Amino acid sequence: MNVLILSSLLGIIAMVSEIFGFKKSIWYLVIFSLLGIFFVNISQWDTAIRYYNNSDMIFIDNFSIAFSGLLILLAFSWFVLSQDQYKTGEFNISDHYAQIIFSLTGGLVLTSYANLSMLFLGIEIMSIPLYILAGSRKHSLASNEAALKYFMMGAFATGFLLFGITLIYGVTGSFNLGIIQQYVIDNSSNLPIMFYAGIGMLIIGLGFKVTAFPFHFWAPDVYEGAPMMITAFMATLVKTAAFAGFYRLFGTCFPSLGHNFIFTIGFMAGATILIGNLLAAYQSNIKRLMAYSGIAQAGYLLLTLLVLNNKSSNVLLFYLGSYATATLLAFAITYWVSYQKGSKHLDIFKGLYKSNPILAIALTISMLSLAGIPPTTGFFAKFYLFNLLLEEHYLPLVVLSVIGSLISVYYYFKVIINMYGYEEENSTTIEIGLISQLFVLLISITIIALGIWPEFFIQLLAQ
Amino acid sequence: METALLIALPLLSGLLTFLFQENKAKQISFLISIATFINALYLAFNYCSCTLFNYDLNLNWINSLGIHFHVAVDGISLILILLTTLLVPLILLSTFQSPIKNAKSFYFLILAMESALIGVFTARDAFLFYIFWELALIPIYFICLIWGGENKNKITFKFFLYTLAGSLFMLLAIIILYLNNPARTFEIEQLYQVGRTLDFGTQAIIFWSLFLAFAIKMPIFPFHTWQPDTYTTAPFAGTMLLSGIMLKMGIYGVIRWLYPMVPLAFDFYAHYAIILSVIGIIYASIIALMQKNLKRMIAYVSIAHVGLISAGVFVGNEEALQGAIIQMFMHGINVVGLFFVIQLIFERTNALDMTSLGGIRAKAPLFTLFFIIILLSSVAVPLTGGFVGEFLLFVGIFQYHEIIAAVSGLTIVFGAAYMLNSFQKVMLGEANEKTENFKPLHLTEKMLLIPIVALIIIIGVYPKPFLKISEPAVKALIEIANSTIPLNH
Repeated sequence: MNVLILSSLLGIIAMVSEIFGFKKSIWYLVIFSLLGIFFVNISQWDTAIRYYNNSDMIFIDNFSIAFSGLLILLAFSWFVLSQDQYKTGEFNISDHYAQIIFSLTGGLVLTSYANLSMLFLGIEIMSIPLYILAGSRKHSLASNEAALKYFMMGAFATGFLLFGITLIYGVTGSFNLGIIQQYVIDNSSNLPIMFYAGIGMLIIGLGFKVTAFPFHFWAPDVYEGAPMMITAFMATLVKTAAFAGFYRLFGTCFPSLGHNFIFTIGFMAGATILIGNLLAAYQSNIKRLMAYSGIAQAGYLLLTLLVLNNKSSNVLLFYLGSYATATLLAFAITYWVSYQKGSKHLDIFKGLYKSNPILAIALTISMLSLAGIPPTTGFFAKFYLFNLLLEEHYLPLVVLSVIGSLISVYYYFKVIINMYGYEEENSTTIEIGLISQLFVLLISITIIALGIWPEFFIQLLAQ
Repeated sequence: METALLIALPLLSGLLTFLFQENKAKQISFLISIATFINALYLAFNYCSCTLFNYDLNLNWINSLGIHFHVAVDGISLILILLTTLLVPLILLSTFQSPIKNAKSFYFLILAMESALIGVFTARDAFLFYIFWELALIPIYFICLIWGGENKNKITFKFFLYTLAGSLFMLLAIIILYLNNPARTFEIEQLYQVGRTLDFGTQAIIFWSLFLAFAIKMPIFPFHTWQPDTYTTAPFAGTMLLSGIMLKMGIYGVIRWLYPMVPLAFDFYAHYAIILSVIGIIYASIIALMQKNLKRMIAYVSIAHVGLISAGVFVGNEEALQGAIIQMFMHGINVVGLFFVIQLIFERTNALDMTSLGGIRAKAPLFTLFFIIILLSSVAVPLTGGFVGEFLLFVGIFQYHEIIAAVSGLTIVFGAAYMLNSFQKVMLGEANEKTENFKPLHLTEKMLLIPIVALIIIIGVYPKPFLKISEPAVKALIEIANSTIPLNH
């Protein structure tokens, strides 16, 4: 709870920084505050406290602390890597920072809610700032389109979500996850059709947020139109939070729903993997490519919902962490390169190895991790996921995932081949601040180091 | 500890190349590779035949999943380590005459690959084996991508995708074995036990998944289509790494990980694998006969020779396995020698088309002598290194099936035809404007060719010590493979 209060406060401070004239130092303030919030967050480990209204609104357990920690670290990395975007003066830094932090706060709610109303609030708090941010390039048609589209789709998703919550409330008489869970256990043999309809609506609503097939189609357009680092935020932090919320709901309330649910999620996941990977293979715009890559990865992440136990929540955590770090790194590098070249076509990476070897190697590591090649975290995440699924005998889905991974190699390697396979004549070095450069190195090394020694993070929630 | 040091040495000291100037990279990496070779020789001379596995190192790595860093050296591993550590310095020498762009990265990648290859040949934990297996792929992919020739982007990608496809199915098989292991470890000895307790269906899935990975790597017909293009477009050093060492990973995989792992499925399906291998021999030999491009021709020749080795491995009796192991070693030596000869010709004449060459013999007699010895070894003439392995392989295959042995015996006839034909076109006849100024051998080139030729003759005349190295390991593997009841250890 302290984490939520502190991050809201930080958002307000960022908002007023312009009025009180400390806009210049806001970056340092945010960075160090986030580190502080991170330590406050992990200091709650193993405490398990419930908050408010007969203690059924927020439940801080190890699951929420782990995912909140991941979200805060991602936000921290985002602030470090997105510095350059605010040096051009195109965006108002205090507005942006405030909205990003509010969005983070919404994400933190999503990892720790214990009540369906908090789930709804979390999703809204997280999404509304993003509708604005997506359109923050005010004179660009694409940016406006992205904002409108995102808002419309968000509104749809919210509608479905609310409807689902209502139906479940109608059946169980409560918003509280614990009470709903008890209801499912007591009536597992004869759940009313209304209850299933409610779950279906929830899956649709959350499916929109995690870009699962067939609710994925908005993502490429929105990702393409929004400013680069906002897209990065949407593709990493927002997706992480949405998955944590998705998993928390189903992991707590419906762990024993039987094969109808398994079939639905299994089908959605399989289709998401195939569609995402196949469509990504046709993209020549890096932002659209990353959008489809994010869709495909959402398919793998959905597979964790088939096995709802401590181990699968840990797989989800590790996979999300791995996906989000690699994606954030890729977006940051893409931002610098495309800013210099003035294009978003894959061609901008041609000759990058010659002109900027550090960026090229970092982007290579990020792509290898997304494609799941050892010794990166992405490989271990996939290995860990396949292990989980094969333990429960989902062999066909694993074979499908393997085929998906092979297709994904095609488009991730498009980027790599562009960097190494061509000689570009007049490519100049890209000027990047020292902190950003060190941070890029740090993330790259982390991706490899955690791919080799994942021990700590795969045990975090597994006990 | 010794094994871990041997694995780490090239990779870690390879990082040193980045500290020096671009033009020093080749000398430094050569010294590192020589140091690694001396290290390997030291291990070979201190190798004790009293136990099967020497230099055993077993560390906990990822406890919660039962993953260990377990490496050890037996006779089979030792031969392949010697091959790897010997060939890498030779391959590095082959690059001394022509300048290389981005030399630091180039040499670092080769050394990194050497580490991964030694890892593959010594790993005793399936997860570790898989990691090394993939780690060996990444450097060679970038070597081919950055320093490759015409159309490299598409061709190297095809190569990567093929091998990765195989690897991923291997990963599946490894996970299935692991999940059936009540002890939940990736330890090879335990997986051997697990494999034979599985029902036939699961064994079949594991057999074909592993087979796919190894067959693509070798490559066995019809999984070979990536190979000729990749060999042709890769830089010479890359081609030597691919053909000399990397394809041995596939054969080694069959010997160590497939043959003893799932005996029911192996007995049932090995026949199909043998037939595919024999088809590959004939098919590749015929195509090799029709090639004009020397590099491409050797690529097909390599498929033919590997087909014979893989047929022998799938036959799985002692003669065939022993033959396969010594032939792996000799094939590495021969093929690196052949590719180096072609590189020499290419550097001097700028031509790979054999019809445009001719008359080199008169200009460079010493070179001709070296070439002919390598060539004879490659067609398995008695008293050359190539003969020993092929002879044992034929003996082994003959015991399995006479007709298959007879058909695969055609490889020698074909071999003589395409090798002598190319020799005649390239070396004999009148010198033309391309070959007129054919320079004699340079010192580094002699340094490369003399060890190769010497080894060919030594192993050809006196192969016994080499066969002795791998004999106990092969016997132990056969014993495991033939015991259908779970083993106790």
